[in-house]
Amino acid sequence: MSTHTDTLHGDAGAHAHDPASEAKAYLKTLIALLILTAITVGAAGIHFGSGAINIVIALTIASIKATLVVLFFMHIRHDRPLNGLIAAAGFLFLGIFLMFSFIDVGSREPLQPVNLNAPPVAAPAPITTLDSSGNAVPAAKP
Amino acid sequence: MSTSTVDVHSHGPHDDGHGHGDPHQQHHFTNMEQQFDTVKLGMWLFLATEVLLFGGLFVGFGLMQQRYPREFVEAHEFLQRSLGALNTTVLLISSWTMVMGVMAAKSNQKKKLVVFLLLTILCACIFLGVKYFEYSHKYEEGLLPGHFYSHKGNLIPGSHGYATFFSFYFMMTGLHGIHILVGIGLLAWIAIRANRGEFSEAYYTPVDLVGLYWHLVDLIWIYLFPLYYLIS
Repeated sequence: MSTHTDTLHGDAGAHAHDPASEAKAYLKTLIALLILTAITVGAAGIHFGSGAINIVIALTIASIKATLVVLFFMHIRHDRPLNGLIAAAGFLFLGIFLMFSFIDVGSREPLQPVNLNAPPVAAPAPITTLDSSGNAVPAAKP
Repeated sequence: MSTSTVDVHSHGPHDDGHGHGDPHQQHHFTNMEQQFDTVKLGMWLFLATEVLLFGGLFVGFGLMQQRYPREFVEAHEFLQRSLGALNTTVLLISSWTMVMGVMAAKSNQKKKLVVFLLLTILCACIFLGVKYFEYSHKYEEGLLPGHFYSHKGNLIPGSHGYATFFSFYFMMTGLHGIHILVGIGLLAWIAIRANRGEFSEAYYTPVDLVGLYWHLVDLIWIYLFPLYYLIS
């Protein structure tokens, strides 16, 4: 049996860039993140007709920011693909969780509030039937 | 049984494949690079669980927002948008100082590394200071979670929506704040070690991993900020 370890990822890790261009990329990422923050704050002040649109816009911008952080600050861009896969899997399963929870709750009948401190509801009235003259009489035992 | 190790770009005498060159290398790893990749993979697995930990709270928040849409919009008016934006900016800058620190670590710039780590800690402290100010304001107004909610205001009477909003607000920002506190501890530990000159191009794994953690904490805030401060 032989153990064979290949390390073929010339691009990965520390030595992908010279420090000057790397620092420049980080600064650009920071500026982009700050601009996106300003945009999301500005967009929140505008009413686009429905609150849902505002939430979609805010979450889209947040996702762009998160992607920038993961790709540049967390080095996924130049990292081993397996690390990126794990990061993506985390968000994928969160997406599944989110989607199915909303489908589940969204497709139910609205729940009525229940007051647990209220006195118990009176026992149901005995089952009655109407006789030929219209008077209620207890149902016959089977 | 034969063991062959092909290393295309060996970084000098440490990567000899026998595990006795670098004092940081643990004996069960073939070389430093394998150790670094393994440790980093483990860190990413941990970060994925962190995403899911906060994810559960985000799903709960979303469902409750669907249930109490009006109350959630009214309750969020009590959060100061400017303070949220300030904290977002502070955290983003701290993420930048952190990544600059990691870069300094892997290019053997010890002094720069320590300075950037201290700047990151400073940003974290500013963040917590603002958060303390916000929390104390909520406390004074009775905007508290669950049955501690005691706000005297002109809101829909009898609705549980406000208390639910602040339950989620304190739970999520509180858990995030605990992560910031842990981060400050880790950053201080790394700064002390960096000051001792323990990190270099050959070994900066702890700086890198604390950096990943710190960026994740920033990433969570990127989602917390619009959901709490900007919903309308």
